[in-house]
Amino acid sequence: MSEVAWLSAAEQARKVRTREVSARELVHTYLDRIAALDGALGAYLLVDAEGALARADAVDAAIARGEDPGPLAGVPVAIKDVLVTEGMTTTAASRILAGWVPPYDGTAVARLRAAGAIVLGKLNCDEFAMGSSNENSAVKPCRNPWDLERVPGGSSGGSAAAVAAALCAASLGTDTGGSIRQPAALCGIVGVKPTYGRVSRWGAIAFASSLDQIGPMARTVEDAALLLETIAGVDPRDATSVDAPVPRYRDALGLGAAGLRIGVPREYFPDALDAEVRAAAERAIAALREAGARIVDVSLPHTRYALPTYYLLAPAEASSNLARYDGVRYGLREGGPAGKASLLDMYRQTRGAGFGAEVKRRIMIGTYALRAGYYDAYYKKAQQVRALIKRDFDEAFAAVDLVIAPTTPTPAFKLGEKSAPIDMYLADVFTLSCNLAGLPGVAVPAGLSSAGLPIGVQLLGRPLDEATALRAAAALERTVGLGRRPPHAP
Amino acid sequence: MAALTREEVEEIAYLARLALSAAEVERMREELSAILAHMDALAEVDTSGVAPMTHAVPMDLRLRPDEPQPSLPTEVALAGGPDPRDGSFQVPHIIKTASEP
Amino acid sequence: MTDLAPLLENWEPVIGLEVHVQLATASKAFSPSATEFGAPPNSLTDPVVLGLPGTLPTFNRHALELALRLGVATGSKIRARSRFARKHYFYPDLPKGYQISQYDEPLCEDGHVDFLVGGEPRRVRLIRIHLEEDAGKLTHAGATSLVDLNRAGVPLCEVVTGPEIYSADEAAEFMRALNLLVRYLDISEGDMEKGQMRCDANVSVRRRGEDRLGTRAELKNINSFRFVQKAIEHEIARQVRILESGGKIVQETRLWDAAAGQSFPLRSKEEANDYRYFPDPDLPPLTVDGPMMMAVQQSMPELPMAKIARFGRDHGLPIDDARHLAGDRALADWFEAAVRAHGDLKAAKAIANWLLSELLGALNRDGRSIADCPVPPGHLAALVKLVDAGTISGKQAKEVFADVYATGAAPDAVVEQKGLRQISDTGEIERIAAEVIAKNPKQVEQYRAGKESVLGFFVGQVLKASGGKANPQVTSDVVKKLLAGA
Repeated sequence: MSEVAWLSAAEQARKVRTREVSARELVHTYLDRIAALDGALGAYLLVDAEGALARADAVDAAIARGEDPGPLAGVPVAIKDVLVTEGMTTTAASRILAGWVPPYDGTAVARLRAAGAIVLGKLNCDEFAMGSSNENSAVKPCRNPWDLERVPGGSSGGSAAAVAAALCAASLGTDTGGSIRQPAALCGIVGVKPTYGRVSRWGAIAFASSLDQIGPMARTVEDAALLLETIAGVDPRDATSVDAPVPRYRDALGLGAAGLRIGVPREYFPDALDAEVRAAAERAIAALREAGARIVDVSLPHTRYALPTYYLLAPAEASSNLARYDGVRYGLREGGPAGKASLLDMYRQTRGAGFGAEVKRRIMIGTYALRAGYYDAYYKKAQQVRALIKRDFDEAFAAVDLVIAPTTPTPAFKLGEKSAPIDMYLADVFTLSCNLAGLPGVAVPAGLSSAGLPIGVQLLGRPLDEATALRAAAALERTVGLGRRPPHAP
Repeated sequence: MAALTREEVEEIAYLARLALSAAEVERMREELSAILAHMDALAEVDTSGVAPMTHAVPMDLRLRPDEPQPSLPTEVALAGGPDPRDGSFQVPHIIKTASEP
Repeated sequence: MTDLAPLLENWEPVIGLEVHVQLATASKAFSPSATEFGAPPNSLTDPVVLGLPGTLPTFNRHALELALRLGVATGSKIRARSRFARKHYFYPDLPKGYQISQYDEPLCEDGHVDFLVGGEPRRVRLIRIHLEEDAGKLTHAGATSLVDLNRAGVPLCEVVTGPEIYSADEAAEFMRALNLLVRYLDISEGDMEKGQMRCDANVSVRRRGEDRLGTRAELKNINSFRFVQKAIEHEIARQVRILESGGKIVQETRLWDAAAGQSFPLRSKEEANDYRYFPDPDLPPLTVDGPMMMAVQQSMPELPMAKIARFGRDHGLPIDDARHLAGDRALADWFEAAVRAHGDLKAAKAIANWLLSELLGALNRDGRSIADCPVPPGHLAALVKLVDAGTISGKQAKEVFADVYATGAAPDAVVEQKGLRQISDTGEIERIAAEVIAKNPKQVEQYRAGKESVLGFFVGQVLKASGGKANPQVTSDVVKKLLAGA
């Protein structure tokens, strides 16, 4: 059914340009698939059928006139709901922003639109991007198209599920502690967390400002590279965006793995590692070796401090970034019409009712860590340990060009399985260091478990060297594939 | 690090302006204590002489030229607020001093 | 008004000031939204100012330049790399729930402000000057409060003095000096009533002779120079009363209520403020490089205290006149233009006198400022020259001045046109004086009998006979000579 939906974004763009397929047909196909399949999956929070079809018609008309509406012209994409879209409700999957319609577009989304991409709608996620299973969405859970009893991962669960189930050509997610790479791995797709500062955060609802990055999620490495080229680059509206040229990432994809030195960090292969995850990672390493890469043992000794470091820094920054949700200027306001409750009650009830349990937990941890008298022992200490984690990578990169590791400790787990917060946090243990060090990371599928669940590996590169990670990912893609589509997304 | 007390949880909830029920306070107390216990590991890391890392790619603050850009129309600015009045956002009256009722 | 003198015999007030100066930039500190005074509510906002989800700050170069000017003018140490920090508290006029400010690494430290108190020079140390953004405005409307975010995000310099001001007078003088300085530097109008300069005062008292500082109270909501004085005096009296009756000072924040003429403590819950400062991750470190510093140094005008000293030294002006002129940069510039036009420094005092009395008098009467003065500096210089040369008398000069002011005509032209040239020719005056003396034998006898004041009568008569044109000094000499000789 609807084979055109499974084409890569790059392929769709080519066919739209040559008028082999119309943008309208693409949009229609996805809208039909969403109607048929998303009831069970819960990937979409909002579908803008009218807007998408209108955009599609405009693209088709422009092409008919001989114009070039851009490298992504006619490609239907969907956007994680923590990314602000002008005129289209953006909620961060939270009650506190229910119904909020932004008056501006985020930069990454604007760049996709300017390249001719068509926004189908907004995708489900963990509330304010806090979570690893999409179970923290205040709207509804999202399910893994490979097994509906299992999570798609998080926080970009909807983005991963939608791409994996071909409910869009590609999507944008965000990654603060693994939120693109982990769901990409659990859903069997490609996800890229760019170097911190590579992609503008203007329009990304902030979770942890020094860790957040927007990135592409797609079914092929080429698509991820294409989207990354489109959204990357300095933005005067984001003072943390890096002013460095954006390479044509697609050019790196055919170079193969020959000559690359790839490090295998022993700390990411503990004895207790799930046997199937280990096997998949080892197969991937073997494939790269056969393709001509040199495999080197490396050590990243501060790895075990990544979890406490992250779970201090990220909540601290989150507690600050979420202080603006106070019911005064937008979003939920509890406490009755103005004048009925006191100001203090308005604040406390709005935030108490508007935030979910995980968000409240992180605000509490963060507030605690930043208190006077605690700053040195917690936040400042965590920033120092973070510097050591980065230093580990700097030293490794003296000897290797990339680091390869499993993306997640296990394949997708069941909804409701991880009820204790700490158990959920442990799902991120392999992805956190990359965010702390600000490095680029590409998650790519590395096979299926015996239960038919995707397993992924990730390639971590030097700062601003997404190209090398994509190059190795492309080499892997050619030799290690999943071989089939998710059962719940025919 | 000792577990959090109920009073500490309530104090933090006040600082964060979060209304928590008594049950939530107790649940929070347990969960936060467990989470914070994991942070103790950081104390064992030798960080003497290590500068705190604040940005992944070192950079200086870019300066914006002092050129005003058009503002949002007032209706758009007020659109999110639930009860605008006289072109302003409206909030419950703030009592500041003992001289006011 | 409380008479503090008896209280101050035993008690010494110790005051530290935190002054917020609004910087006169065209756009806001962390967003390109415009800054304007008096615009309709919420018409100067953008997504950043509103603190909308997904927005980020970008820093205004001109705000840095203005802050650096203040840092250089106060002799502060400028930090080559400083950081912005987030200061957290919940309030409806603070859109993000935090203010972007500076904490650990402020832009400037260890500066000072020099000023005069009762003619004596004083120096107050500045612990720090840092950059931050302003909050919006709240107004009360019955059961609710209204929030206007036009002012939110306007750049501020926060100037913090050490606890080394020892009277309310000094505090008011310091504020005036700081106000003059920021106007000289063109970094702010510093108008307290428009909120462009705001003052919080930390006040404590201690028994004279004691070293330790007493518990302090923080006074806020002081919005004029006059209230700086009043509020601080009131607080000193309040604290002394409490201590003398055996009580203790509570460390608290108190709001000055101008209508009530007293301060009230803030409700304590609002006070439990743990600001949870940490470096703002959205803003990399702020660096100040050599070229920028040089540009700032080169753009520095002569500062008020230096100008006052120079006017005294080079122009011989008494200190009050020097202060008055230096108190308005435009006025001082006008004065110096007039002195230059005259060409002789020795005339400076006369020029200053004319400027401060006649010219300012006329301008004030007409509600005008020196900026729209109808008299070009050169005309005043010319007028003074005419008086010095004896061409016209001082009295005539006032008449000429009135014409010059009203018409803008040059003094020489007015004198010619009105035929006001003084008669200074001795021969001519002798002729008139001789007639007058001949007509008034009785007064001649009185003079010769020793009544010297009669000289004035003769001078007056000669002036009258000459239609007011005789040079009074020459007349006086001539009359004396004639009376002695005849």
